[in-house]
Amino acid sequence: MSSRRTIATDYLARVEGEGAMTVRLDGDRVEHVELRIFEPPRFFEAFLRGRSFLEAPDITARICGICPVAYQTSAINAMESLCGVEVPEPIRMLRRLLYCGEWIESHALHVYMLHAPDFLGYESAIELARDAPEAVERGLALKRTGNDVMVLVGGREIHPINVRVGGFYRVPTRRELRALVEPLERARETALETVRWTAGFDFPERVVDCDLVALEHRGEYAIERGRIRSGGGLDLAPAEYDEHFEELHVERSNALQSQLRGGGTYLCGPLARYSLGAAQLSPLAREAAAEAGLGDECRDPFRSIVVRSVELVHACDESLRLIEAYEEPERPAEPVEPVAGTGYGVSEAPRGLLYHRYRIDGEGTILDAKIVPPTSQNQLAIEDDLRDVVAHNTRLDDEALRRLCEQTIRNYDPCISCATHFLELEVERGT
Amino acid sequence: MSRTVVIGIGNPLRGDDAAGVAVAELLRERAPAGVEVVACSEEPSRLIEAWEGADSVVLVDTVSSGAPPGTLHRFDAGEEAVPARAFRSSTHAIGMAETIELARALGRLPGRVRVYGVEAGGFESGASLTPAVEAAVAALADEVLADLEEERCTSAP
Repeated sequence: MSSRRTIATDYLARVEGEGAMTVRLDGDRVEHVELRIFEPPRFFEAFLRGRSFLEAPDITARICGICPVAYQTSAINAMESLCGVEVPEPIRMLRRLLYCGEWIESHALHVYMLHAPDFLGYESAIELARDAPEAVERGLALKRTGNDVMVLVGGREIHPINVRVGGFYRVPTRRELRALVEPLERARETALETVRWTAGFDFPERVVDCDLVALEHRGEYAIERGRIRSGGGLDLAPAEYDEHFEELHVERSNALQSQLRGGGTYLCGPLARYSLGAAQLSPLAREAAAEAGLGDECRDPFRSIVVRSVELVHACDESLRLIEAYEEPERPAEPVEPVAGTGYGVSEAPRGLLYHRYRIDGEGTILDAKIVPPTSQNQLAIEDDLRDVVAHNTRLDDEALRRLCEQTIRNYDPCISCATHFLELEVERGT
Repeated sequence: MSRTVVIGIGNPLRGDDAAGVAVAELLRERAPAGVEVVACSEEPSRLIEAWEGADSVVLVDTVSSGAPPGTLHRFDAGEEAVPARAFRSSTHAIGMAETIELARALGRLPGRVRVYGVEAGGFESGASLTPAVEAAVAALADEVLADLEEERCTSAP
């Protein structure tokens, strides 16, 4: 009897050649682990060349239907820092509020529709909805509040059109924002309930020991701006990113995966943000985290669902704080004149650090663009984790192992939706 | 008064994945009064919100079943589940077929649910519709329109 087996989860045939995950085992030895991620950014980098620097937020927003605000914000940060524009506080607050809306939407989707069924033993949210409709309704209600924030501030949720380099096309009045208070207060209660719910799941005890990377901004849980910090002691301006991180070409694909220069896997996203910046969470979110049993840091990928839930509380709390403090700016946008040179922008997408770099000429034409999404940055860490999870669970049958692998991948909420069809399973046994 | 919503689903920047959105664009100008036409990403809460309060919904998405590009597939999802295998799905979002079942489980599905799938040829980033799919999109827009007219006549008092 041969003990050699391959577990592969392929995309649906409609996206030919874009496989998702392959794990090859020889007995108890893990021979090969590969996560393949299609990367729309490569296409967009080429598409951006020759376009106006003012178009970058709009164009890059289309890379992802789940996190358009992240792409817009990193693009805007790059252009504004290059052109020497500093937006007034109300504009910055609106951006942060819009971004909180995206966090609420994205985290609610992931926690309720994708991740929770793994822990509760359901194949999908559909089965969960049959047995526990109230839980799924909670998730949908949370998502809806996130949508509402995005529509009010961003003009539209899938591809916010109200956002521009320098500010907004139109800013909401105080009164308009007040309409979000009641739904956000309800969402905050729901988020607290979400923390209690997810904290009660069963977790295999796992710890990832790679470096952690997240933004930091004094006095706040960094979302729309910040310096790049790592557990290993890095403290970088966005312009220093390329000096410390590099992208490796992955064979047979157009994807790139990141590592620390000189070799070094790192992780960004909720676990990194929480572990490096839990002290900056709102008091309510900190309290919820403590009640959920989270310590000062959390390196357990399975518990990322609890961390996301805590971030949901924070995002609702922060939205309410921003709305309370908001004063309408004198004008919706600052004028921006192009400056020849290279601009760098970062922000914390729901699933981690999103880096943009643009070179533009004096007319504002984009000469070169580079986009490093969080999923490329996390890819090596995910593969390491998969390898380890498989190595510790080789006794499971193929189906159980496939489910565990998928859950392991889902722990990182990878952004592969824009093209990924994660459906067919093939198990090959050697002879 | 009964309300009908037509939803075109897809990513306009990924070749034939734009088929559903293209059908919605064609119908936007021509749909009978009382019919709302929207383009949408296949994201559950957005779809469920888009058909909230409607009596009848028409969904158009891309399909990959191995049939020749441009082939039209028709499903009556009010009666039975749509084969999820033919429509997209991922670790990161749940697809149209799953959303229909999710809404069914939650009692949030309109009474009448018609699903049209356009068999895709390619999903190249930045590519336009392939010729076979472009032709299918035009034919499907006519078919949906005829169906909407008929529905309006039969539901009229």
